[in-house]
Formats: sequence, C-alpha cells, structure tokens
Amino acid sequence: MHDRIDAILSSYGRDRANLIPILQSVQAELGYLSEEAMLRIADYLGVPESQVYGVASFYAQFRFTPTGRNRIMVCRGTACHVRGAPRILDEIQQVLNIREGETTSDMEYTLETVACIGCCALSPCMMINREVYAKLTPTKVREVFSKGGQEQ
Amino acid sequence: MTFEGLQRRARDEWQALSESAVPLIQVGTATCGRSAGASAVVDALREALQREATPALIMEVGCIGLCFAEPLVTIRKPGRPAVCYGHVNPERATQLVSEYLLRDNPLADWALGTVGEGRIEGIPELFETPVLRPQVRRILRNCGFIDPTNILHYVARGGYTGLVRALGMARGEIIDEIRRAGLRGRGGAGFPTWRKWQFCLEAPGEPKYVVCNADEGDPGAFMNRSLLESDPHSVLEGLLIDGYTVGAREGYIYCRAEYPLALERLHNALAQMREHGLVGENILGSGFSFDIHIKEGAGAFVCGEETALLASIEGRRGMPRPRPPFPATSGLWGKPTVINNVETLASVSLILQKGAEWFAEYGSEKSKGTKTFALVGKVKRAGLIEVPLGITLRDIVYGIGGGILGDKRFKAVQTGGPSGGCLPEALLDSPVDYESLTTAGSIMGSGGMVVMDEDTCMVDVARYFLDFTQKESCGECVPCRLGTKQMMDILTDITEGKGREGDVELLQEVALAVKKGSLCGLGQTAPNPVLTTIRYFRDEYEAHEQGRCPSKVCKALIRYRIVADKCKGCQICLRACPVGAISGERRQVHTIDAGKCIRCGVCLEVCPARFGAVECVTGQ
Repeated sequence: MHDRIDAILSSYGRDRANLIPILQSVQAELGYLSEEAMLRIADYLGVPESQVYGVASFYAQFRFTPTGRNRIMVCRGTACHVRGAPRILDEIQQVLNIREGETTSDMEYTLETVACIGCCALSPCMMINREVYAKLTPTKVREVFSKGGQEQ
Repeated sequence: MTFEGLQRRARDEWQALSESAVPLIQVGTATCGRSAGASAVVDALREALQREATPALIMEVGCIGLCFAEPLVTIRKPGRPAVCYGHVNPERATQLVSEYLLRDNPLADWALGTVGEGRIEGIPELFETPVLRPQVRRILRNCGFIDPTNILHYVARGGYTGLVRALGMARGEIIDEIRRAGLRGRGGAGFPTWRKWQFCLEAPGEPKYVVCNADEGDPGAFMNRSLLESDPHSVLEGLLIDGYTVGAREGYIYCRAEYPLALERLHNALAQMREHGLVGENILGSGFSFDIHIKEGAGAFVCGEETALLASIEGRRGMPRPRPPFPATSGLWGKPTVINNVETLASVSLILQKGAEWFAEYGSEKSKGTKTFALVGKVKRAGLIEVPLGITLRDIVYGIGGGILGDKRFKAVQTGGPSGGCLPEALLDSPVDYESLTTAGSIMGSGGMVVMDEDTCMVDVARYFLDFTQKESCGECVPCRLGTKQMMDILTDITEGKGREGDVELLQEVALAVKKGSLCGLGQTAPNPVLTTIRYFRDEYEAHEQGRCPSKVCKALIRYRIVADKCKGCQICLRACPVGAISGERRQVHTIDAGKCIRCGVCLEVCPARFGAVECVTGQ
C-alpha cells in the first residue's frame, strides 16, 4: 500500500492546490481513501491532517470505506425523478436488501445515488460500473439483478 | 506552421471528407448516444462493412441533440444528401449497410431527415422538421457534424479565426465588441460579460486568471456536457480570447468529474492546441503567452458558485465567501479573476469570428443571441436544443418538444434547476429571456428545462428540489443550512399527510428569510421551487393537507386496489409483488393487503392492459 501511495505522491508537486487531484488519484488506485493514505498525503503536502480529512469529507466523490465489486449509481436527476426514479431506488434497495450508501455483505454491490448522469432523455436510468441502464421500470430492475447485472 | 498553413491543411482535409468517393457514416457517440447503445451500433456497422467487403468511412461525432431518437446514424453517399437515421440498433445498422449502401434503398421509414443539397423521395429535410425548424443552431453548429477529437475539423469550419482577429485588436476594442453583442452570462445570472472583463482588466494586481466554469451541476441539465463532448475547441477558443483580453497568462477549466468523456475530450483538445502552437508561449507569433489547466471537480454542487469554485481550485473545501470583493478584483489566490460559463465562452468565440452585429441578430431587446436548453421530462421529443432568446415556452414545449408524452395534460415547465421555478400553463406564452423568467419567479439558469404533466405532483417536486439543495448546502451560513432543513421538514410532513393548517404560510415565511439571508446563490435561490409551486399550484398543497395527492405520487397518501369485476385472477400481480401483499386463488378475484403493501406500483405496472384491474387511489 505504501509504495502505491508514494508512487502517486511523487508525481505531484508539494503544493496545496494539488490536494484534490492527489485525493482523486489515490482513490482511483485504492478504491477509497484509507486513514493511512490521508495521513501520508498530509505529511507529503505539509497540510494539517484535519484539513486533508476536512477537504476529503466535503466532496461527495470521496469514500472512506472499501466499495463492492460493482458500483450501482441511481440517477436522482429531475427528469429521472418525474419519470419514477424513487420507485427504481426503492426496488433496488428491496432486491439487494441494502440502503443507499451501503454495500452488500458479499461485497458484490455498493448502492449510491448521483445528482445527474446527464442521460435525461433516457430517464429513469442508473449506471452499474460504466454501463448505463435506461428507461427503467421496477420490473426491469428485477430482471437486471436476476441476470447478475454487472460487467465482469 | 502559420495559422494560414493550418487553415489550408484543415480545409483540404474537410474537403476531402465532403467529396469522399466512399460513403461516410457518422455515429453520434457522446455520453447520451453511448447510453442508448451507440457503441454496439458502431461495432455492428464495422462488422457489416467487413462482411460485405464494401468500403466506407466511419466517423464518431458528438451529439446533434435529438436525444429522443438515439442512437443516431447519418449516412452520406457520394453525390447524395446525408440521411440521418434514428433509433438505430445493431440489427438496423446491419440492414442500413445491406439495404442503403449496397442496394440503394434508403429505408425512408427509419430516416429522420436529410442534410445537405439534394432530396431523397419520402425523406424530409432534417432542418425543416418540426423539431429543428424553430431552432437556430449557432453554438451547436458543429455538434454532431465534426469529429470532436480532430482540431482540423473545427478549424475548417471557421474555428480559431476569432482568436486570430482578437490578437490583432486592442483589449478595449474586444470588450466593446462583446458589449455591442449584448452577451450576458449563460451560467444563469445574466451578468453582462463585457463588464466582468472590464472590471478584471482595470483591477490592479498581477498575475490575472481566467476560469471556465464547467461544473454543470443542475440535475436535468446537460448542455455544457454535450458541447464539451461534441465541440471542445469552441470553448477553449473563447477562454484564450478571454485570457488575452484581461491580460491573463493562465486559465483553468473546472469540469465535473461525473463527465469523464468531456474531460477526455478537453485533454485531447488541449494536446492538439499545444501541437499547433495555439496554447503556450508566443501563441501564433503574437507575443501572447497563455496556458490552460484542467481541474476536475469532486462532486459538490455548491462549487458552481464562483467563489466556492475558486476555493476548490485552491485545494480547499468548496465554500463560498461573501462578495465583495468580487473575483474580478480578488479571485484565485487573491488575484483578479474572470469566471465564465462554458456556453458564454463558446458565444465569445462566435462573436469574435462573426462580429457583434451577427450575434445580436437574434434575441430580445435585453437578451441577445441564442441559448441552448436541455429539454427533458414528460415531453415527446427530449433533447438538446438551441433557440433564439425571446421564443415562447409554448414554441419550445409543443413545437420543438412535440407536446406531452402520451398526450397527457401539461402541468408545468421547470427552468433553472434547483434555483429556478415551476411555471404553469398560463405562462406558456411568455418569452424565454432573463427578465421574463425572473418576473415569473423563476430564473433562466444554465438551461435545464424539465416538462411536467398531470402525473407530476408539484409538492413532491418542490420537496425533491429542496432535498437536493439541503443536501448540497455547504453549511457555512445559518439561513441556508437550517432554513432549508426546516423547509424540508415542513414539506415532508405535507407529503406524508401530516401537514397542519398554516404550514404553507410558514413555508413562505421561512423561504423569504432564506432568500434574503443566505450568503451565496445556492441559498438565495433554493426557495424558488417552493415559492413558485405555492404561487401557481396552491390547490395541490391544500389537497395534501386534506390527505389527497391529486397526481397520486406521494406514497403516504395513495393506495393500490384491485377492481373486483375486472380482475381475472391471473396471478401475474400476485407473483410480481415483492412483499407478498397480494392474495387470491387462480381465477378468483385477488386482494391487496394494505398493511403489507409498500406502494411500489409493480402490480399496476404488470397487470395486463386488457384487464386494467389494478388502480391507484388517493384520499378517503
């Protein structure tokens, strides 16, 4: 883990303005921001640890726990909302037996919502990893998860 | 290479493409096209071409904006106009190759229209169809027509001539040109762009910075994403002109991380600019040196606010600060900074390319030019559109959008996202410009336009937006942090049938306090969706207080039941119910246990239309 973090750090200058890009790179590498990673970042940039955590916890993109193998992102954009997104989210929560923000116990899925995927004309929609599932209904949601619904 | 050399190369390449001896196939593969399956269509086309051993060029282009018909494929055979096909799937793609390319049957039924000179029987001209005729495509002129990863395509169509012209002008002349064009900020607030530039130019302090705000956070809006994915250079040219005019040497683009393709296109475009000497030291030999940095946002809506955005670039929590001082005098690292929206900068490029008078040909007295909108929601033809300012909402919703899905009743159109408002049918004939929308209680915003029909509950919509702004409030100032929470609690009570008399008045009171007392635009505008829905749809609030949700949306106020004389006892709903709330023997009337029912509506969805035995009811 140390090596992977240090390799990322060494590609950035010790400049406060690089804090967010570093956090992004570290999360891309590890899947989340571990306490250890944040301490090393603080040390490298010479920024107080509290401020590193303060910045990381401010932005929705950053996570502090490992995620499941597949990330489900349900769009909660306006177009999706008026075309039934709340029922889609309910259905997924029901099928996977987890709430928004949680990961299934087998680490298969993490369920998140996003402000808008930008596929408003195909609403309601969700993304599993990088694949978009468009024009969803509760029935379609059941079908997706009964088939596995993930990119291997 | 000189700019003239670059132009010659670009024109040669473009001409070779337009006069290509083999068919040219363009596939729209922006994010929306890909979501609809455009990548599979490209694969199918390649396979079919190989199988049939027929030569053709496949070019991936951006988004033409006809999202309702995605995936889109345009085929141009030599000597023919191009034909644009909608709803193309891999099977249709294969057939297009075998029928149109090989047998010359243009499959008119699948065609949306033709583009270019000449006609094909049975196919209308694309730009004469109802969805495009009312539109004026200026900012989107290249979207869906050029390869966004090829700078030569942009240059061939007049790109970077605006920069070249600007480099030969005095700074004051450029500002005057923008002033005469009447350009106002396209991010939503509508502040005159030239004035912002003037303030920054006159402000003491070095170095100066320019920033492109591409943190398009409004849910339901994707104009900036589409433009950056489909024509990134049009925005980058504007940023260069901006930098030259105010005397900056560095510029930033702050783009949402949720837009991976837009970021990829920006990085690619920047590399090409560097290769051709359009960014870096001594640009085109003019003595002007300028560099551009791309910054990725990290998922905070408030960073669309300019001072929060600057804090984020500096590596801090994205929290706004009081203004004045405005960024034009004290911005990034305390230096004079201009922040402009994506579409504003694309308009700047056009103004310098074509002139102020050309730009101001369209628009109303105080709102000049054209504006892009993301037309979505319960409308037949959803998509990305560009219209002259001053057009009426009716022309957009019914003309371009084709009316309401399923021919249901129009209820409202929402503009301006979480900062805007919901406008009722009575205002459909008002013009779309900065002043009219503000008078109506909404705002122009960055361009989200969500259409709502009779099945949309306006109280639920108000609660939806407030849920969003309340979660996105950065927490710095009390009116926004606590006020939006209080409003949210009241609205939740109302939608759950626990509303009390006086709740609406209390909501209005809190809303006005939040508007007046908040530090930044997020809080100052967050109450707009609540205030406009109360103003125009008060009857719906009153119905909720009496335990009824007229649109049958709010779960606590609805229930599902089976109509005994329509139920055939087919057990489809019984099997589909996720919580086992439905009981009944085969060929016997089923019943729903209201205690177990979670009101997911699956039973209504699966009950065969010929029976129509499940209904949703509200009230006593």
